[in-house]
Amino acid sequence: MSTTARLRAGDVLERTRAEGRPALVGYLPVGFPDQQRCIQAARTLVDNGVDVLELGLPYSDPVMDGPVIQQAATAALAGGTRTHHVLEAVEALRGSGAAVLVMTYWNPVLAQGVASFAQRLAAAGGAGLITPDLIPDEAGDWLTASEEEELDRVFLVAPSSPRERLSHVVSHASGFVYAASTMGVTGTRDSVGEATRGLVERTRAAGARNVCVGLGVSTGTQAAEVGAYADGVIVGSAFVKALMEDLAAAGADGADPGAEASLDAAVPMPRLAAKARELREGVESARSGVRA
Amino acid sequence: MSQSLFPRPDTPLRSEAGPYFGDFGGRFLPEALVPALDEIREAYEKAIVDPDFIAELQRLSREYTGRPSLLSEAPRFSALAGGARVLLKREDLNHTGSHKINNVLGQALLTQRMGKTRVIAETGAGQHGVATATAAALFGLDCTIYMGEEDTERQALNVARMRLLGAEVVPVTHGSRTLKDAINEAFRDWVTNVETTHYLLGTVAGPHPFPVMVRDFHRVIGEEAREQVLERTGALPDAVVACVGGGSNAMGIFHAFLDDADVRLIGCEAGGDGVATGRHSATIGGGSPGVLHGARSFVMQDDDGQTIPSHSVSAGLDYPSVGPEHAWLAEIGRAEYRAIDDDAAMDAFALLSMTEGIMPALESAHALAGALALGRELGEGSTVLVSLSGRGDKDVDTASRWFGLLDDPSDGSDGSDGSDGAAAPRGDLAALRDLARSTLPTDRAASPETAGPETTAAADPATPLTEEENR
Repeated sequence: MSTTARLRAGDVLERTRAEGRPALVGYLPVGFPDQQRCIQAARTLVDNGVDVLELGLPYSDPVMDGPVIQQAATAALAGGTRTHHVLEAVEALRGSGAAVLVMTYWNPVLAQGVASFAQRLAAAGGAGLITPDLIPDEAGDWLTASEEEELDRVFLVAPSSPRERLSHVVSHASGFVYAASTMGVTGTRDSVGEATRGLVERTRAAGARNVCVGLGVSTGTQAAEVGAYADGVIVGSAFVKALMEDLAAAGADGADPGAEASLDAAVPMPRLAAKARELREGVESARSGVRA
Repeated sequence: MSQSLFPRPDTPLRSEAGPYFGDFGGRFLPEALVPALDEIREAYEKAIVDPDFIAELQRLSREYTGRPSLLSEAPRFSALAGGARVLLKREDLNHTGSHKINNVLGQALLTQRMGKTRVIAETGAGQHGVATATAAALFGLDCTIYMGEEDTERQALNVARMRLLGAEVVPVTHGSRTLKDAINEAFRDWVTNVETTHYLLGTVAGPHPFPVMVRDFHRVIGEEAREQVLERTGALPDAVVACVGGGSNAMGIFHAFLDDADVRLIGCEAGGDGVATGRHSATIGGGSPGVLHGARSFVMQDDDGQTIPSHSVSAGLDYPSVGPEHAWLAEIGRAEYRAIDDDAAMDAFALLSMTEGIMPALESAHALAGALALGRELGEGSTVLVSLSGRGDKDVDTASRWFGLLDDPSDGSDGSDGSDGAAAPRGDLAALRDLARSTLPTDRAASPETAGPETTAAADPATPLTEEENR
């Protein structure tokens, strides 16, 4: 076990706040295209400017995900990815410099036992969980376990959320609150919803210190636009797409059932690295207008 | 105080109205949908005490659906069920051919009251999709139906019906390409379009308030049947039998009897190839507690909580979870759940057709197979009420393949892929015909063109037809 101190999402967000910029949060599904290259991809993100990693636990019924992430998660499951692989990936990435959150639908956590999963996640160096289909009302066991293990509870809010729901979510969240930019599922979009700034402001007014915006952000320009008012910018499908392109270019696309055998199968990931740099530049320029 | 359409009787089990049934139920879904669920719950609670809503739903029920549905005797079928008196609650005679219309009309009225202009729905066998498309036509709503690609193939007739009714049918091509994936896709549509769109969920599953609301719209099945059986026989039935996929017709007919402790409630899940093979849809019999599609219930899942694809010859039961109220009724022992495998269901499908001239839906055939077995357990003098939840026209193609009735199997649109379209028949229709004839008076019971040696073997009504695995 590594002894590197465990980074919480809030620690990173305080650091980027001090730097006068929003944080860049990057999502990848564990096990795509296999365990080793997923970890390589995550390191590539961190090396090129991602501050917080969001590792997706692939699930058979991902109702909040659009086609790109569904495809990657399905391939990861077909390749034999199990829950323990997610915890191993967290462990491998502790000490990378990024805080490592796990994004998971709730049933895989229930199947492990909430308290037991929380213990193992903390032991692996994980910062906490993002739970797209768990609302605080149903989260009793998780509230207790996350307090005991000092894990972040990232709940979501949406443009549809009225004031009382925002207060409810904010009062149970820790690390940050995940503001969905639009009503919909994950995926790249041409523009980030107009209502997003208002949602971030309403979420802050409800008491949130850190509000990160996700769903639909795929370019540096969008990241700069959103980063002007959000504490963090969350990017998923755009990274997964770039990774798919790198894999296709290397002739290594698709999940590899023999993941164990591909330890040295590192592939070049220039598109993924470039996408991360583009988005990092976006978040760095986000407040330039304000500061000048 | 205004009269509620669905009074909560002051009895222990019938009074349950969610959001939890014991440890089951709840709302496990994205925060983005919480306001929509709250809106539905509020609209629903207002509507059921609103005399205008009550009057309109009752008028539609009478003049459009054709309620009350009949209670039919089934004397020849009863002879195969150990002499138990089998009574059929004829939801197959409703407009659109199944019980599904009861819930759909209620939710379509609510959609109007919420000011929404579009409905979406999932469908497995196509019965709920057809009912939803029908209501959308009646109320002038836009309508999109999500259906697993595998189901669009085995229920092609219903796909055509939905399109003829003006609905858009979207085949879902990912995952297991069946009902669960259609529900995933419907949730994705809903979270994207919730401002204009109501998700007209078709079963007693999903997040609160769906399990309660859908059950309430189907309570009429059991309330009518209870009165009809009492009037017909002077007593309550010994048992009520219904098929359970998500479990809407079963909750509808069980509810009226929940606090009649002497009435056994038997839910028949789809045993597929047999629960031991793993290829089945018997969620309560072969699953474990978990969360799927917004509720905590029994789920077919592996050690990691990944959903295991279900299997059944019947598309409408091919679902790896079950309504939370059923999970609770199983846990407290109020209802029993049995697995009926494909073979037993197909036999019952043919036997009801040949003994009573009533062709049931494959889903309902699971309940009929359960009734055959239960009748033999209870014996003469007992009464078994069966929810005949739908009619079987949509299943003629499946049954024809099963019993080898297609002269040229390559003549169909499927079969070209070399799969089981041209496979040997799995069911022996001649043996079932002899079994059906055995219920005639002795002098007519022999098969007329008799009786090649191959047709006599199965003619003994004592031969068990079914191999349910009792739980």
